[in-house]
Amino acid sequence: MKLDLQLVLTILGMGVVTYATRIGGYALLSRFPVKGRVKAGLEAVPIAILTAIIAPAVLAAGLADGLAALITVLLALRLPVILALIGGIGAAVLLRALIG
Amino acid sequence: MSIDGVPPAPGNSSPAAGRRADFMLGLWHIAPLMVGLIPFGLVMGAVAAQKGFGPVEMMLMSGVVFAGASQFVALDMWRDPLPMLAIVATTAMINLRHVMMGAAMQPAMGRFNRVQTPASLFLMADEIWAMAMRRAADGRLTPAYYFGLATFFYLSWVFWTGLGTVVGGIIQSPARYGFDFAFTAVFLILIVGLWRGRRSIAPLAASAVVALGAHAWLPGVWYIVLGGVAGVLAAALSASDAS
Repeated sequence: MKLDLQLVLTILGMGVVTYATRIGGYALLSRFPVKGRVKAGLEAVPIAILTAIIAPAVLAAGLADGLAALITVLLALRLPVILALIGGIGAAVLLRALIG
Repeated sequence: MSIDGVPPAPGNSSPAAGRRADFMLGLWHIAPLMVGLIPFGLVMGAVAAQKGFGPVEMMLMSGVVFAGASQFVALDMWRDPLPMLAIVATTAMINLRHVMMGAAMQPAMGRFNRVQTPASLFLMADEIWAMAMRRAADGRLTPAYYFGLATFFYLSWVFWTGLGTVVGGIIQSPARYGFDFAFTAVFLILIVGLWRGRRSIAPLAASAVVALGAHAWLPGVWYIVLGGVAGVLAAALSASDAS
C-alpha cells in the first residue's frame, strides 16, 4: 500500500493537536506561576486523572475486577511495585475465572 | 541521541555516571509497563490492518501521535471517505487531559533544558507522566530519568503496533490473559504512591464519582476529563487558605 495523502494528513493532524495538548498546560504555567488554591488543585492532578481513568474499570466492571483492585491496593501498601503488580494481575485472572 | 545534555568532559565521569544510573532506573521502572504494552500494540496493529494499514502507516501513526486511547478511537472511526476533521477533533478531545498533566508537571521540570523540555512533552504519555510525577513527588525528577522512562517505551510502542499489522491475528483478546488489568493495577499502585493523606481524599472521591457518572451517561472519554476537573476543583476548594 502506497502512503495515501489523506492518511498522512489525518495522522499529522492528530499529531499536531496531541502535541498542542501536551505543551499547552506547560506553556500556560510557565507564564503564570501559581500559588494557594490553584497550586493545591494542580498538585491533585495526578490522583484526579488517574482515578478518573480507572474508576469505571474498578467500580463498574464487576465484582472480580473490583476485588482484584482492592487486593492490588493492599499489596501496594506493603510490597514493592513489581510484586504488587504481579499479585494484582494474578488476582484479576484468578477471580475472573472463579466468579466471572 | 544526546538526551543527557552535553557530553561529559574527560575526567568528569561522575555526573555522567549519575545520568546513566538515572536513565537505567527510569528504564527499570517502566519495564513492567513495556511488557503490558505488547498485547495492546499487537491488537492495535491487528485492528489497523483491517482498515488497510500496513506496518509503515501504523508506525507513522504511533510515532507521530503516541497516544494509545486516541489511536484506538481514530482507527475505529477510520473509513472511506475518511472523516479527517472528525478524527482530528476527537483526538484533541480525548487528549485534552494532557493540558492538565503538562501543567502539573511543569513545576517539576526545572532541570530540563530548551531541547529536553519540548522533547519530553512530546513523549508525555499517561504511563510516562504518571511515573515521572511519582518521581517528582520526591523532588528527584531528572531529564535522564525521564528519558529512561520514555525512550524505549516510545520505541516499543512504535515497534509492537507496527508488528501487529503483520501478526495481529494471534492475540484475540488481551482480557483473556489479564493483560488489560495490568494498566488498572499500575494506575492503582501509582495512586497509592501519590497518596498524601487526608488532602488526597477529596480529589479522589470527587473524581471517582464524576467519572463514574460521566462514563455511564456520556459517550466517548469525557469521563476522564470531567472526573479530572472535578478532582482538581475538589482539591482546590478543600485546601486550607494557610497552605
